Amino acid sequence: MKLRLPFLCLILICILTCAQDKNLINTENSHEVIVSDIDIPWGFTFLPDGSMLITEKAGELIHFKNGIKTTISGLPEIYLRGQGGLMDIVLHPNYKDNGWIYFSYASSQGEGDGGNTAIARAKLKGSNLVNLEVLYKATPNTTKGQHFGSRLVFDKEGYLFFTIGERGNRAVNPQDITRDCGKVYRINADGSIPKDNPFINEPNAKKAIYSYGHRNPQGMTLHPKTKKIWTHEHGPKGGDEINIIKAGKNYGWPVISYGVNYSGTSFTELTEKEGMEQPLHYWDPSIAPSGMAFINSDKYGDWDGNLLVGSLKFQYLDMCTIKENKVIKEERLLDGLGRVRCVEQGPDGYIYVGIENLGIVKLIKQ
Amino acid sequence: MKTLRAIGLFLIVTSCNSNENKAIDTAKKQESSQLEASIKRGKIVYNDMCITCHMANGEGVLRAFPPIAGSDYLRNNQTESIKAVKHGMSGEIVVNGVTYNGVMTPLGLSDDEVADVMNYINNSWKNSIDNFVTPEKVSKL
Repeated sequence: MKLRLPFLCLILICILTCAQDKNLINTENSHEVIVSDIDIPWGFTFLPDGSMLITEKAGELIHFKNGIKTTISGLPEIYLRGQGGLMDIVLHPNYKDNGWIYFSYASSQGEGDGGNTAIARAKLKGSNLVNLEVLYKATPNTTKGQHFGSRLVFDKEGYLFFTIGERGNRAVNPQDITRDCGKVYRINADGSIPKDNPFINEPNAKKAIYSYGHRNPQGMTLHPKTKKIWTHEHGPKGGDEINIIKAGKNYGWPVISYGVNYSGTSFTELTEKEGMEQPLHYWDPSIAPSGMAFINSDKYGDWDGNLLVGSLKFQYLDMCTIKENKVIKEERLLDGLGRVRCVEQGPDGYIYVGIENLGIVKLIKQ
Repeated sequence: MKTLRAIGLFLIVTSCNSNENKAIDTAKKQESSQLEASIKRGKIVYNDMCITCHMANGEGVLRAFPPIAGSDYLRNNQTESIKAVKHGMSGEIVVNGVTYNGVMTPLGLSDDEVADVMNYINNSWKNSIDNFVTPEKVSKL
């Protein structure tokens, strides 16, 4: 009897603190495993022949073709620490002509202990990467384990957008445009800085910055109709956000936020402020979003146009119905399969989803 | 004279005794202050590397991230736990009756950091696991 009360309390605490969100489970979906046995498929992309390049966070690049996995050699040295490792991968829009493959990773290149996010490109020759060029390396290096970002997206004009999280230094990095981290960046495909970048004329600014005040964006995609850049980012406890990225704008972290510290204490009283962008949507409790894609095909009937976001924390694919830039409905797809790390639409119009400790699955609407 | 000698002997014996006790006390004190310092450093590592998944009070997330506060697995598998922090972990484990099948990639911690964060976890929240983890122990795993 003496034991029972603390035990009940413990259960109660568990229930209260492990609060799930209230999104309903959609039962009209299933999946087919396409690539199995991957620990953390951080990102993937499709080559013109239908084969896939998959990044394993621990630092392996996998080429999956005709059911066979081949490890690609020639990656730069990758700094494995905390959330950092090999991250996203995309192809140049004219890949067929120029063969450039772009990827993001944590790197200890440069001065100082630790590492920071880097963006590089290379070409695939057989099972080797060749012509490796590092296009961007954030500074300073730090041994902090958090918030490397990083997603890569080409827009319709051929600019490369990438994200870098604030590297566990929210007090210093995200609001300071003379520093890296906590930013969305825009560069040309060769790594040079576009002449009309928003801070190109600001003294001491990091000229590649496109927007700032971000925490840790691990989802970014091009809206198929408006061609605008959409991102989402991890909040702390509560306050994960979806944003549409506009040149030079400040997205508020950590001055404004809908979240609190992990411990439950507050770090800001503000959820809005003049000169800072409001999110299009925020999650509370946090779902820990990673990966982002719109359904833009005829394979899913009335789901066409919906936004898909992976939930690491609650292990499902969040399908958001969006109307006039508002999330009006959220449903759980692929519920409970595992931590959803990335999502892409394939060239065949089907949605492919990277799930930790499982691999890559194809989303099927029943 | 006999009494004096006896007193003298008594004094020597007792002083020896207390010296010995003192030595043990000092060693204990040293170890506990070393442990305390390690726990302090471990908290920084925890807040840096672990908190996003295992949460502020080690409660984890049901079915996604196993709890490390009040965890039977942690209590009964110290070596496996240290190895997990050092090298990462994947596959099925059962924690407090719940099955977890996730992946924790290698965190890239030094042996010192592994020891510190283990000491912090072993001695935080309601945990009180009597196992002073040192970098030497970690280096052998």
